[in-house]
Amino acid sequence: MNYTFHWHQAFQALPAMLGGALVTIEVAVLSMLIGTVCGIALALARNTRNRLARGVATVWIETARNTPALFQIYMIYFGLGSLGIFVDSFPALLVGIAFNNAGYLAETFRGGLRAIPPTQVRAARSLGMSAPQAFRLIVLPQLLRTVFHPMTNQMVWAILMTSLGVVVGLNSDLTGITQELNVRTFRTFEFFVMAAAIYYLITKTVTLSARLLAARLFRY
Amino acid sequence: MIETDFARTDLWFMLQGAGMTLALTFWAVLGGTVMGFVFGVLRAVASSWINAILGAVLDIFRSIPLLIQFILANSFKSIVGLDVSAFTVACVVLAIYTSAYCAEIVRAGVLAVPSTTRRAARSLGLTWWQDLRHIVYPIALRVSLPSWVGLTLGVMKDTSLVLWIGIVELLRASQVIVTRIQEPLLVLMLCGLIYFLMSYPISRLGAYLETRWRDDD
Repeated sequence: MNYTFHWHQAFQALPAMLGGALVTIEVAVLSMLIGTVCGIALALARNTRNRLARGVATVWIETARNTPALFQIYMIYFGLGSLGIFVDSFPALLVGIAFNNAGYLAETFRGGLRAIPPTQVRAARSLGMSAPQAFRLIVLPQLLRTVFHPMTNQMVWAILMTSLGVVVGLNSDLTGITQELNVRTFRTFEFFVMAAAIYYLITKTVTLSARLLAARLFRY
Repeated sequence: MIETDFARTDLWFMLQGAGMTLALTFWAVLGGTVMGFVFGVLRAVASSWINAILGAVLDIFRSIPLLIQFILANSFKSIVGLDVSAFTVACVVLAIYTSAYCAEIVRAGVLAVPSTTRRAARSLGLTWWQDLRHIVYPIALRVSLPSWVGLTLGVMKDTSLVLWIGIVELLRASQVIVTRIQEPLLVLMLCGLIYFLMSYPISRLGAYLETRWRDDD
């Protein structure tokens, strides 16, 4: 083994990489927000009688769950080009991950909704609550409890998935910046170890704070 | 002359890519399950400090993007001058990655066996090993198998990332064809269809196992 490690360069690049980490977090959070909204809509659409809504939801969920996330990003970045829609790499990554999140979260929410007996809603209604009240005071707190852990997992997935942006040419997120530094210096190992450490810290922070939050939220 | 239509050889090229995807999945799941099984049982029965260390190490592989794991393994291979193919590197990385998840599944399965059941087995005269073999294993298998099917599916989708270290699997093969015939939507739809055909039967099997084993317990 005749290779000299140059960690110094990697440490010099740390500020730039931390800047990239912010973009990574931004993409992950935005994609989770969009994914949650779409996921709830999909879960509700799958339970309606409307054939069209159910069909769209089924196709969306099955595609999101049965094809690679990278494929979904490719579809938006390259595939939409055939229709004359040209998407930049940042929105392609964001929409791709959001699409993926929505598919997985829809199943989570569907399971969560099924776990609440409909008799509870009926009981709430007969006690004089309005339908929105019953949803907000009876269904939602219990739903939150069952979906909290899967949502935390999905958040971690979203963070890890943001690294795929580099494959469609994104150069502003953590992996993208690391790749640019790598191309310039060929210190692949050092730079990517640094990136891996930052990813590890981000995901650990998310899981630990989620655990603390859960302990605070679900005390009873 | 350059052909710009989707030819039969293109389809064959994509199917070869799909074969590569399946081969990677097979080795990764095989290696990952064997290692994951050992790690998982260890985590469930070993003393707490072994458990903590093993858990922390395996957790690293679940907290770093797989793409970066591939890049690191590939450059590490070059640094130490190991003469192995990219395919081997990909299989090893994927297998370790799979084992990290599999260990959690196995551990959850073992811990799902009620301790009263195990104590009953021991007080009936079964040895520690017999208890594991005849009591814990069958019960844990039922709990773990649906998640294991899910893991297999996940690994198959994650194999698409090996394109970064220069292996032509299904997605990369599609991209190569797209570059030549400039018909991204068509080729990618076909690629998605192949992925779907490979993963949908497995996902149905997982769902079937889950409902069937939930209903009759």
